[in-house]
Amino acid sequence: MATQLGRDSAVTPDGVGVAAFPDVRSRPQRIPGQPTRLSRYQALIIGALSVFAFFAVWQGVASAKLVSPLFLPGPIDIFKAYQELLQGGKLWYDMWVSGEELMLGYVLAVVCALPLGLLMGWYRRLNYVLDPYITFLYNAPRISLIPLFIVWFGIGIESKIAIVFLGAFFAILINTAVGVRNVDGALLKSARSFCASDAQIFRTVALPGSVPFILTGLRLGVAHALIGVVVGELVAAQAGLGLMMATAGATFQTAKVFAGVIIFAVAGMILNYAILQLEKRFQSWRPSNRE
Amino acid sequence: MTMFSSAGRTKLVAKDVTIHYWLQRLNRAFLAVDSASLDVRSGEFVALVGPSGCGKTTLLNAVDGLIPITAGTLELDGRPITKPGEDRAMVFQQPSLLPWRTAVGNVIYGLELQGGLSKQAARERALDLVKLVGLSGFEHSLPSELSGGMQQRVNLARALAIDPELLLLDEPFAALDAQTREFMQLELLRVWAETRKTMLFVTHDIKEAVYLADRVIVFTARPGRVKLSVDINLPRPRGLGIKREARFVEYEDLIWSSIEEELRSSDLEPVSSGV
Repeated sequence: MATQLGRDSAVTPDGVGVAAFPDVRSRPQRIPGQPTRLSRYQALIIGALSVFAFFAVWQGVASAKLVSPLFLPGPIDIFKAYQELLQGGKLWYDMWVSGEELMLGYVLAVVCALPLGLLMGWYRRLNYVLDPYITFLYNAPRISLIPLFIVWFGIGIESKIAIVFLGAFFAILINTAVGVRNVDGALLKSARSFCASDAQIFRTVALPGSVPFILTGLRLGVAHALIGVVVGELVAAQAGLGLMMATAGATFQTAKVFAGVIIFAVAGMILNYAILQLEKRFQSWRPSNRE
Repeated sequence: MTMFSSAGRTKLVAKDVTIHYWLQRLNRAFLAVDSASLDVRSGEFVALVGPSGCGKTTLLNAVDGLIPITAGTLELDGRPITKPGEDRAMVFQQPSLLPWRTAVGNVIYGLELQGGLSKQAARERALDLVKLVGLSGFEHSLPSELSGGMQQRVNLARALAIDPELLLLDEPFAALDAQTREFMQLELLRVWAETRKTMLFVTHDIKEAVYLADRVIVFTARPGRVKLSVDINLPRPRGLGIKREARFVEYEDLIWSSIEEELRSSDLEPVSSGV
């Protein structure tokens, strides 16, 4: 509220703050920290210019045939690859399958890991019981379980859901448990002093206090989940973007491989952005997240 | 206002209270308070002073019911203290406010936990207390938007909200700058005059103790024992100017020489850090 006022008075030409300096009206002085029009949009402008320049150079290198298109297709080649993929009609289906694996695995992981993580953070003895297994599985590269999952679940979407689940599960579980365990001792003491029951302490102190940790877990979980989908499909699948990329790579259709990479990257960016919005919504009380 | 402290009935009785706690690092028990005895009368403002690490905060935590005593008796209104109760509230040295709640949200916290009032009534009471501690206009500010002094006002209002019989204050102004601290002392006396709570105030600041209290109790160096109890016969209401008067300085000197004695004797066995 106070900063809002400060900003307003700085912009107003006849504001109270500037009255002491008679020169200011004729030669408006910028107050340090006051955003100019350029500084507000410069990240966007410079970023866009940079991307544009990058694509121009890339296309230039590709058109000049400095490198064989087999190794480095240009942006136009990749655009054509998309057209081809869409005409074949299989791209939407592949995206649907990969998306389904990602979402089902991730949602399942959230549903299982959140409650278990809260319980593990709250009940120290449950943590002692489960810790050996979690440490073992968390430290094993989860990708190494793919052959096992193929044996158990086949090469359909089930094995991919399992690998996505496992990837996201541990990231969310461990962060949630740490969040509950890292509850602020001073808050705990004041709650106890007001005769809070354990359930009340959990609800009013531990749970809200662990929200930042949970959100970090959710975001790490997305990254792990994406890796799970790609690698799972590259190894063995019946459909999906990973399979499309593997097939394209094996037949030297390099532009299609690039097309797949770009789709995964954009999907990752969108999911990250969504979680960022979630963080803004739930952590508005944190000073760093306030405007 | 009377010239001297109101002599109510006895509120808090501590008799030969001994408190140990366990030092994880050294893996042994540590004697923090050694048969301390003191009484606090109803409506009285008592300050505990003593060398740092002498166990005065430990005793305060025991009175709040946060830690158990190992020997002696500790009674409030004739009932032994074994756990935190709705008849006591603590103002902590650190504001320890819930960072995701506004000022009113924090003041309401104790009421909400104890569930005595309806939501509407609790909210009205919280708003009244925010006004009492002088935070009108900041009801909906988050702790991170408040200064240290304002956070301590919220801390005080939160403790007052549950309408305790006995208010425990653990160096509440120690972390504030000198000017804010003096102003908060004045404000605390104003609030005390309006609420007439029984106060037990721990501080290491002798001036603060003499200024605020009806009686100052001096602790020995650790393990804490009661060394001296001084009635402060200064008129109320007390303005900040009283701190420069001869009578005030006499009290200050008396208490300081008593503490100095303790510091000198404990110099021979330096207090290890981290205890």
